Amino acid sequence: MALFKTLNVSVKGISACVPKEKLLTREYEYFNEAEKDLFIKSVGIEERRVASREITTSDMCFVAAEKLIKELKWDKQEIDCLIFVSQSADYFLPATSIILQHRLGLSKHTMAFDVNLGCSGYIYGLQLLSNLISTSQIKKGLLLVGDKSSLSTHIEDKSTYPLFGDAGTATALEYDVNGAPVYFNLQSDGSGEDAIKILDGGARNEVRDDTFEIKEIEPGIKRSRRHLQLNGIDIFNFALKEVAPNVNDLLQFAGTEKNAIDYFIFHQANKLINESVRKKLKVLEKEKVPYSINFFGNTSSASIPLTIVTEIKKEMQQPKKMLLSGFGVGYSWGSCIIDFDKIICCDLIEI
Amino acid sequence: MDMMDLEEFTKNLEAEFEDIEPGTIAPVTNYRDIKGWSSMYALIIIAFVDTHFDIALNADDLKSSQTIQDLYKIILDRKKS
Repeated sequence: MALFKTLNVSVKGISACVPKEKLLTREYEYFNEAEKDLFIKSVGIEERRVASREITTSDMCFVAAEKLIKELKWDKQEIDCLIFVSQSADYFLPATSIILQHRLGLSKHTMAFDVNLGCSGYIYGLQLLSNLISTSQIKKGLLLVGDKSSLSTHIEDKSTYPLFGDAGTATALEYDVNGAPVYFNLQSDGSGEDAIKILDGGARNEVRDDTFEIKEIEPGIKRSRRHLQLNGIDIFNFALKEVAPNVNDLLQFAGTEKNAIDYFIFHQANKLINESVRKKLKVLEKEKVPYSINFFGNTSSASIPLTIVTEIKKEMQQPKKMLLSGFGVGYSWGSCIIDFDKIICCDLIEI
Repeated sequence: MDMMDLEEFTKNLEAEFEDIEPGTIAPVTNYRDIKGWSSMYALIIIAFVDTHFDIALNADDLKSSQTIQDLYKIILDRKKS
């Protein structure tokens, strides 16, 4: 099992950036009034942020990173590692992390690489970076995580378009002999590869003549093979089956009681899914499970740090024991138990 | 928790849906005929069944069932096994 206990590392700060432009569920022209009501009540999304054509995920992560480095008063020359986790990279190649190394003015001694993961990406990224710091000469590292999911949804696909918001985040980690152990439990199941997928444009299905042709899949769902497809029922079923056992295994591995956790931050998939998971885990205190989905939608891998920044920023002035859990596309999922010891939490940035 | 009977199951499930006159849905109602039916309703049913019975209905369960009664039967069968 991919269980980890990682020592000598601490999160020092988190920063998040979203586009200024809001799209309201109430104004989505392909929903009738009853659908809008139901969507807002059950999925929980009232509005979300969508980036204009010229803004990419890396732009949002760049802005978030600059602000975080400044507030932490870090010397950029001391940052030895940069990981970019996203499914909306700037180019097929080179890796966006390398472009960001240069753009941020980091030294050539920086190790930089991309990780291609979605909703589970923040947990995987935290694990990779904390383990690297724990076992190497790297003292400071940046984890840049986010997606511009609006790139890949089609406006006439009611099953995807109103769900996703765009965001980019930055998290700073540092070698710290006083840091509490960080625990991880990471999993994957590729039998769910079709549940969330973009069919064309990769090596398996190269772009072809009909790649961009918009077809009606079923009433209310029109898209091309270059757009994101999503099977809500399969995803829901996966989340109900897998998330709670993953979290319970982690709690057991870490020897942590559920009531010792101050906040459970779940990937903001869908309020129905998250509430079902909360009930399965028997976390009865709703205030321990904050939501940002109402105002930002499903922001893919950015959803966990974005929720921390927008919902519990003030609480981060005190030490808190956090349980973070991400799950989705792949399927890929994971959770972590981590102590935040008065981390810097920057104000939300809008660009 | 005591197993709710079919009538109770139907009534409680009905309460989960928005904008539906109480008493509109019966055990023999084909749930896809519910006014305004969409895949979101399917998610609401899955969440309801999971919360109350700790059973995760999947896409095949939904495909193979038509009425509220059919769903209830799947739950009973799953509880037994």
